[in-house]
Amino acid sequence: MNPQEPPTDEMRPQDPVTEQLGVVPPEGGLVAELERMSPEERAKHEAQVAAAAATDREITVGVGDTLLELRDLTMRFGGLVALDSVSFSIRRGEILGLIGPNGAGKTTCFNAMTGVYRPSSGDVLLEGQSLGKRKRFDITRAGIARTFQNIRLFGEMTALENVMVGTDARHRTSVPGAVLRLPRHYAEERAGTDKAMALLEFVGIADRAADKARNLPYGYQRRLEIARALATEPKLLCLDEPAAGFNPAEKDDLVALIRKIREDGYTVLVIEHDMRVVMGVTDRIVVLEFGRKIADGKPEAIREDPAVVAAYLGVPDGSA
Amino acid sequence: MSTATAAEGVTVPFGARLRNWWGSLDRWQQWGVLIPLVALIYLLPVLNPPLLTTEPGTDFQITLFNAARIALIAIGLNIVVGQAGLLDLGYVGFFAVGAYTTAVLSSPDSFLTTQYPWLVCVPIAMFVTAVSGLVIGAPTLRLRGDYLAIVTLGFGEIVRLLADNLDPLRGQRGFADVPGPEVTRADGSAVFTSSDGTPWYWLTVTVIIIVLMLVGNLERSRVGRAWVAIREDEDAAEAMGVPTFRFKLWAFAMGAAVGGLSGSIYAGQVGYINSQGFDVITSILFLAAVVLGGSGNKVGVILGAFLIVYIPDRFQVIAQYRFLIFGIAIMVLMVFRPQGLLGARQRLLTYGRQAYQRLIGKGEQISSESALQKHGNGVAQ
Repeated sequence: MNPQEPPTDEMRPQDPVTEQLGVVPPEGGLVAELERMSPEERAKHEAQVAAAAATDREITVGVGDTLLELRDLTMRFGGLVALDSVSFSIRRGEILGLIGPNGAGKTTCFNAMTGVYRPSSGDVLLEGQSLGKRKRFDITRAGIARTFQNIRLFGEMTALENVMVGTDARHRTSVPGAVLRLPRHYAEERAGTDKAMALLEFVGIADRAADKARNLPYGYQRRLEIARALATEPKLLCLDEPAAGFNPAEKDDLVALIRKIREDGYTVLVIEHDMRVVMGVTDRIVVLEFGRKIADGKPEAIREDPAVVAAYLGVPDGSA
Repeated sequence: MSTATAAEGVTVPFGARLRNWWGSLDRWQQWGVLIPLVALIYLLPVLNPPLLTTEPGTDFQITLFNAARIALIAIGLNIVVGQAGLLDLGYVGFFAVGAYTTAVLSSPDSFLTTQYPWLVCVPIAMFVTAVSGLVIGAPTLRLRGDYLAIVTLGFGEIVRLLADNLDPLRGQRGFADVPGPEVTRADGSAVFTSSDGTPWYWLTVTVIIIVLMLVGNLERSRVGRAWVAIREDEDAAEAMGVPTFRFKLWAFAMGAAVGGLSGSIYAGQVGYINSQGFDVITSILFLAAVVLGGSGNKVGVILGAFLIVYIPDRFQVIAQYRFLIFGIAIMVLMVFRPQGLLGARQRLLTYGRQAYQRLIGKGEQISSESALQKHGNGVAQ
């Protein structure tokens, strides 16, 4: 066994997982250890986790320039026009909300962006490069990761293994390297395990890392999907109704998590029905109705926009 | 599913308890169990234990060899079906390609005058089968589920019909005098003959152990994770950056190569290959071994293969009803234990043990539902 550390990564210590977080593993493991911590220690630990989870990502370009651009994106299914020349852009570092009534084309828009559908016309550009002809896995490697509206985890795999699949998007070991156990295999396994564990802790479900994904509680599964998507080191994280099925307390936790993700330098696109979540977390909102964009602006402006109110929000309280 | 269940000890299934026990052992303790077990497996044909033996009906050594041969096939098929979740009903085609490649290269009846020794034929046969896996996989692996099953079924039949009808492949006449490994005893007699199953059994068991190590290496790597991810949810895998088509092709090629290896051993042992014995029903039998034993579990499929071969030989009375009995057995199994005798159990991380141990503190506290078990590098499970 000859673990070689990746040469580019100076932060990575020698020992897996344990030293990664800069703490010595005490008796009883991680969970007990977290419980024993004082609030300050805990805050410090969380900062370390966030740092470990965020390594390797290139947050090079300044916040605010265009990351993803949709240009006259049109999706037709037979006679049905699901998206009718929708154009908007997502700026680096922002949290963009994509809302609209049921059937407005939000998820279609998502699927067209992530390569599930080929756009009938128009184009999607990531950092100025067209994603038009690229395969789905290639788009993920280019930097768009997503979660699913109805959770789609790898049920028979443990939580940690699920996240490892995400980190593998950045790994290059294939069959020869794995069979012959080449040094790169060990280096990638080590780095991937560390990172996956740190991400599980980042989203707050590390205590169940060894459980099969299908046995996790619903809220954990949602968080695991986010961890798995983050593991692909995306430039843009797309969340498809992340708060579906959550109670108010869980929704608050989710809003906090999404903010935490953004503070780590990710750009986030959220499809969400829950107005409290959308208004609470987004910097900007794009509203779709019948496949057309009807509004694009700050949450406060969207709240007042008559077209949006008519289409979606209904008449606000007290305005009658 | 949590640690509590294991600790309370209530109705933990035997398999899970066994796995927990195994997972709680140190590496050297595992070797301490494994080495005598493997020694026992090697000694089986010599011991010929009274109750276990299939004699006088069938030669016990030959039965063991056949079981080992089918076990090797089941391990190869398990990569395709159990790991990557691609239903392959034509796996016998790869077995046939391996057997025929060996025969064509080595038999004096062949249109080629090469007459290579067996040992030279084996790697060539594996390579040719792997390539045939790529050739059949490249167009068909874009299909899913039922469609893939039907196309592979067709492939198995095409191989058999080609063997039957192509003139150079000699159809029913077949190829005689396919040699085995050229090893001789002190008195000059050959060790590997078609009548003596023992050396062939030992050879096959050794091959199985090596293959298990290599397949285990694949399992605990990016490749194994990609395969299981594809099996669990192909779209989600693709969305997580897994090049699904490429990894499905790899699974097909790897599975095919193991099938070819088994075909090569088979050709060497029987010494005679014709177009008989490569039919669909054989393919189904291979698949039955995998499903019966536990699709996705390497030990399981070996157990399944052993049962499929051993039971008809041991209980000759039922031999002619074996398909009926296996059919009923599988139906009963699917009702009560759909995951097979031993359920799928994969460890997909090279450093999983360290990671989980840090999490829970001690290895043995890990629940039965979690993936921590023995996971040393390349130890035959």
